[in-house]
Amino acid sequence: MIDPQVLERHGLKRDEYDRIVTCLGREPNLTELGIFSVMWSEHCSYKSSRVHLKTLPTEGPQVLQGPGENAGAVDIGGGLAAIFKIESHNHPSFIEPYQGAATGVGGIIRDIFTMGARPIALLNSLRFGSLDAPGTRRVLEGVVAGIAGYGNSIGIPTVGGEIVFEPCYAGNPLVNVFCLGIAPAADIIKGVASGVGNAVYYVGAKTGRDGIHGATMASAEFDDQSAEKRPAVQVGDPFMEKLLLEACLEVMKSDALIGIQDMGAAGLTCSTSEMGSRGGAGVEIDVALVPQRETGMTPYEIMLSESQERMLLVVKRGRESEVERIFDKWDLHAVRIGEVTADGRLRVKDRGTTVADIPNRALTDEAPLYRRPMSEPEYLKDARKLDVGALAPAPSPRLRDANAVLVRLLASPTIATKRWAYRQYDHMVRTNTINLPGLGAGVVRVKGTERALAMSVDGNGRYCYLDPRRGAMLAVAEAARNVACAGARPLGATNCLNFGNPERPAIMWQFAQAVEGIGAACRALGVPITGGNVSLYNETDGNAIYPTPVIGVVGLLEHADRVISGRFKESGDVVVLLGDGRGELGGSEYLKLVYDQVRGLPPALDLDRERAIERLVVELAEARLIRSADDCSDGGIAVTVAECCFDSGGMGVEISIDTTEISSDQPLNDAAALFGESASRVVLSVAAGNITRVLELAAAAGVPARVIGQTGGNRLRIATGGRMTIDMATDDAERAWSASIDSYFAKKIA
Amino acid sequence: MTFSVIVFPGSNCDEDAYHAAKDVLGEHAEYVWHKDTDLKGADVVILPGGFAHGDYLRTGAMARFSPIMREVQAFADRGGPVLGICNGFQILLEAGLLPGAMLRNRGLKFRCEQVHLRVEQIDTPFTSACRKGQVLQLPIAHGDGNYFAEPDVIARLEQNRQVIFRYTNAAGEVTDDANPNGSAAAIAGLCNEARNVVGLMPHPERACESILGSADGLLIFESAVQSVKSGALVARA
Repeated sequence: MIDPQVLERHGLKRDEYDRIVTCLGREPNLTELGIFSVMWSEHCSYKSSRVHLKTLPTEGPQVLQGPGENAGAVDIGGGLAAIFKIESHNHPSFIEPYQGAATGVGGIIRDIFTMGARPIALLNSLRFGSLDAPGTRRVLEGVVAGIAGYGNSIGIPTVGGEIVFEPCYAGNPLVNVFCLGIAPAADIIKGVASGVGNAVYYVGAKTGRDGIHGATMASAEFDDQSAEKRPAVQVGDPFMEKLLLEACLEVMKSDALIGIQDMGAAGLTCSTSEMGSRGGAGVEIDVALVPQRETGMTPYEIMLSESQERMLLVVKRGRESEVERIFDKWDLHAVRIGEVTADGRLRVKDRGTTVADIPNRALTDEAPLYRRPMSEPEYLKDARKLDVGALAPAPSPRLRDANAVLVRLLASPTIATKRWAYRQYDHMVRTNTINLPGLGAGVVRVKGTERALAMSVDGNGRYCYLDPRRGAMLAVAEAARNVACAGARPLGATNCLNFGNPERPAIMWQFAQAVEGIGAACRALGVPITGGNVSLYNETDGNAIYPTPVIGVVGLLEHADRVISGRFKESGDVVVLLGDGRGELGGSEYLKLVYDQVRGLPPALDLDRERAIERLVVELAEARLIRSADDCSDGGIAVTVAECCFDSGGMGVEISIDTTEISSDQPLNDAAALFGESASRVVLSVAAGNITRVLELAAAAGVPARVIGQTGGNRLRIATGGRMTIDMATDDAERAWSASIDSYFAKKIA
Repeated sequence: MTFSVIVFPGSNCDEDAYHAAKDVLGEHAEYVWHKDTDLKGADVVILPGGFAHGDYLRTGAMARFSPIMREVQAFADRGGPVLGICNGFQILLEAGLLPGAMLRNRGLKFRCEQVHLRVEQIDTPFTSACRKGQVLQLPIAHGDGNYFAEPDVIARLEQNRQVIFRYTNAAGEVTDDANPNGSAAAIAGLCNEARNVVGLMPHPERACESILGSADGLLIFESAVQSVKSGALVARA
């Protein structure tokens, strides 16, 4: 009865089907096939990625919860835990940008409060095609409005993030959302079902036919038929989620719960089987008891629906009425749909008749695991070649002047201010936000303590395209450095791995290389991975995105009032550069803008140096010796120093940078010195009275530190090799940077 | 004295108002659930920001029917000071405690940012600690803050000095650029004829500590404290 077309529709391979038959000892019925197909989809089973993910560092004295639960947790002192995770909602956001992004936010928030934590901050990392390409603005507007619509309604501030524009994301935008919550470390709640006879409750929105096979869709490539998959995208209801959030947190305080899990990807199927599997128990439910918003739904549809804002709870025996009362207060009705059993099976009934009966472990731990073939992609042989010394003069005569290049870089949508987006996000609700979006890491204080948490999400697809291992290391380093530049000690990380089709050896190689790089950098920088998400099959018509691991890092400030940002504060302060500029232009924004090329090797990264710099910046901030710290990345030191001047009413700066290449003693050309993107560099501003102490501490830490100039005046002046190469009014530079994205929306859309 | 903060399902600035009253000002604060029928000894009632009942129909349209609103109405009728912030302002409009209505922002997008507003009148329980003409910096965060009323209503509001706050630039000048949402007459906040009910779109509770970027919002809360403690509620004058 299960013919090849049925298998194909379910995204199952023949050998996977045979494995199902072995697990069951018989042919599955259609409901069971549907259940296997979602649980064994790439999205739920991580079947291609798991062997690699196992190599990541996940432990450390600060880690309270590593991967495997709804979210990870680190100890932030005072008996509190920071609980956080990043997740992708790429595929739904391409098909239906507003709802795709909105439900992505809803999903990650549920992951956090499911652990017993009050969510207090959101970040997002977004990637789109070129801003001037047809369709990009529509997707961007929809995604940003969807994030805003959900996050603002539920009242969790969006405190930062990144937006990158690159043609490779035109058919596969990336929407990665991060949420962080706070809970007493002793009260973390897990997604387990245990205790035979304990009641299994369903609470939240009713189940509809939306999102059926969403997990399977997220595990396939796109083609020109993809728009027809719109019914597989769910619709979000942030008000329902707000009620669930408050009611669940109230129930959790009561100690009446055994476990709880949200119904995200693969809905009721995933939550029942995973909770049972984790608790070493079975779960039996009757789908006829599940609240439904449509009539005539089959057990197959009910089990596979991905309707949003639903939770599954296992309640201690005898405490049922207490739990029901709390949900009633919030006008939510908790419905008992089944109970925990001893036999380790997921048993689904429909009005008493068994319609599916599967060992939980077959769906979870025993899902297929692939060690897919890998090979280094062909394109790299050519793409890695770059001789900066041999670069011809800029093709456009206008871009041979450094001032003009700087203005163009500042206006490049990836570098320009994203105020257009973040002012649509409520970034201040909950009155904890002490570093606003656009200033580097987002920082929230932790009320009732002296502490604050800094967080940043970063990635660089271009670097990873040219060298996935190094590019992934650079992403970890940048996220950790951004957190350190707020004065926070990095504590832990979460990763969102966005790649193409893993069945292609070149993609699988990129993936494996990137995971290796993440592991190496996380180990060296002391930020274990506590969880995350993998999104594969980001391809349209056979064209994959750049390999794009996005890393979220969370760090701790012992004293919230010692937070710093990247912006210069006072005229007359000394500007210091930590780290060395080596004029590296591989994969840079400059090379893309001026030569329209993505080539070369990404900047080198010395992890010992990186760690030393991060520690030094945290130490300096903690001792109140610096007024600002800004990570030097996209667009190099010229862009960084310009941005340090912005939002300050036009304050200027005059700096002079050395152009002697450190290793070879050769002179760098001006462009490499100004716009090269060498890693592990931080620009500080320091009150004149503290400069001696800052330089002493840098020397003690083995970190190169150079005084490169002074703030003041109203012009941005940068000399390279003793000649003034940049000289413009700060206001003019700031205008290019602040007006850019709005100007794209002012244009008529072609 | 007691600040009672009404909690509707979907309120999300309730904890912020509570925190400002209790932890920053050191006064007593109570949460009052929307199904309750008792204001828990309120000296001041705050309707906080958020999206009461999801605001899927029209902002504030459902919240006005919550049981507690009868008590809020009666409290206001007795001259008790009531402050509606953002969604709370929208609810006061829907409940008829203040005149006018809110439209979608003229840019059609949600806006969250710091704005400046000028204190137009100081004879209300929420502005008595301000100077007339003082420019405050407070954040806004709304999608439907474009205040609208018929011209004759606006004229009456002006004549009765019921416009309490106007959007201005940092120098205190009303300009089109400084109006973040297109509000008629740049109105950011209003009071009723009796002057004891005040609604405003900006969030004073988000600007009560300098670490948050502005402490100007404290003036609004301190005004309420002074008004209650001095027994000189302007509304009864």
